[in-house]
Amino acid sequence: MPILELNDVHAYYGHIHALKGVSLSVEEGEIVTLIGANGAGKSTTLRTISGLLRPRLGSIRFQGQRIDGLPPHRVAALRIGHAPEGRRVFPRMTVRENLEMGAFLQSDPAALRQGLERVFTLFPRLQERERQAAGTLSGGEQQMLAIGRALMSQPRILLLDEPSMGLAPTLVELIFDIIVDINRQGTAILLVEQNAHMALSIAHRGYVIQTGQIILSDTAEGLQRNELVRRAYLGEESALAG
Amino acid sequence: MDQLIQTLLFGLSNGFVIALIALGYTLVYGIIQLINFAHGEIYMIGSFMALTVITTAGVSWTDPVGARLVVIVLALMAAMLFAGSINFLVDRVAYRRLRRAPRLAPLITAIGFSFVLQNIGIWWKGARPLQFPALLPPTNILTDWLHLDTTITFSIPMLFVMVVTVPLLLLLRWFVRNTRLGKAMRATAQDRDAAALMGIDVNRTISLTFLLGGLMAGAAGLINGLYNNQVVFNMGFFAGLMAFTAAVLGGIGNLTGAVLGGIFLGLVGALSDSYLQAQWTPAIVFAVLVLVIVFKPSGLLGEQVADRA
Repeated sequence: MPILELNDVHAYYGHIHALKGVSLSVEEGEIVTLIGANGAGKSTTLRTISGLLRPRLGSIRFQGQRIDGLPPHRVAALRIGHAPEGRRVFPRMTVRENLEMGAFLQSDPAALRQGLERVFTLFPRLQERERQAAGTLSGGEQQMLAIGRALMSQPRILLLDEPSMGLAPTLVELIFDIIVDINRQGTAILLVEQNAHMALSIAHRGYVIQTGQIILSDTAEGLQRNELVRRAYLGEESALAG
Repeated sequence: MDQLIQTLLFGLSNGFVIALIALGYTLVYGIIQLINFAHGEIYMIGSFMALTVITTAGVSWTDPVGARLVVIVLALMAAMLFAGSINFLVDRVAYRRLRRAPRLAPLITAIGFSFVLQNIGIWWKGARPLQFPALLPPTNILTDWLHLDTTITFSIPMLFVMVVTVPLLLLLRWFVRNTRLGKAMRATAQDRDAAALMGIDVNRTISLTFLLGGLMAGAAGLINGLYNNQVVFNMGFFAGLMAFTAAVLGGIGNLTGAVLGGIFLGLVGALSDSYLQAQWTPAIVFAVLVLVIVFKPSGLLGEQVADRA
């Protein structure tokens, strides 16, 4: 049984039909990537899983249980972590407070301490900045904080939205190494990326989304070899790549 | 010199009452960017509830101190809980349905509710100003208790305003800064979607915010009743404008700012009352508002709104 399964999900922003029957699944322990151009519906897919957007049709199952239609705080309570597009850290809270908000539903202080320890081990930079307001961090540090904050709930699956956006290439590599680490520690990952090259280099499987529909799905190697993916998303013979 | 000190003491007492009301504006604005125009009426409703408790108990200033204190505490709690609940209910019934509507819709709804509540006030206690029993003696602490040789009055009602207001302000500040629910409020104010992703029930957090703002307005209702000894159904209008101005002045969304703004406006108002003429006071207060909006729209301690991604 997949840990996360979307079946024919339709979602709307007002009158805009943003998702037109998206089906995908993530197995336990996998990194699955969802690649596509700007506005293809990648973030919308993650927002729909998290309950920020209610699907009009279709089903979303987490560990076999229907979660579509649940409000976002109930989805989060199932330990689905989401590091949203644009980082969305709490700017006027300190790094420490942001991480504590990530553990909002953890009542056990020992779990909170372990969570902090884990995040600070993965991102030593955050420990150095512990008392700094999150709004004053650099883009890369905010991205680390967004991921760290999502990890604080000890998620069973982590939804990552464009973790490479706006970051210098060396920082992108650092972040992606850490994503692999998190996955090796046993967390399934659904990774949304415009940087298809990086995403496919760490993912097990991938889906390609275009104007709200999944047009391809294959192993990461299969997609890297795919002619359309190479042309449209890996930037070969084309400037279309993200 | 004595006149100045006296003026400042009056201003401070008024300022604390304004500050309590201003907190309700700033809390609600901070979390849903709504200027809750009905908030002044919540204050009026709170003072009516306090009056009802006091008249039902039938105490007056001739009763023993103990009995009066018990009734005052009961009236304070009743006013706070009633005003808090009404504020909570108005949000629940009206504003919550408009959460995703354009911002003008809840704003106009709030103006509508301000009329509704005023009419409830008329229906409840009539349209005439009512005497609020003076349960606190007008004793001047400086001359009568401390036997100082001075013309300055620092009366028991003035002391009462501070003794009740300051702990409430500190308690609210502690609550928002340090408790789990307070942190949920701050997170929701800074980024509602991100807060929801943390597992925070955003609707419940917003309800709590209305409740807290109402509690403070209810307390202001009782305090003002015992201090100024008069209530009337439309008292929330001007008090609300003053408090709203205080919140903008301090930087709307900022709790400390609202308190400082309230005290500042109380002082400005008292100075204008005593050195100019009382009828100039509203003009001066709103001139301050205009100046703030023109020269420092974010207020004294306001945040840059642009840090919302």
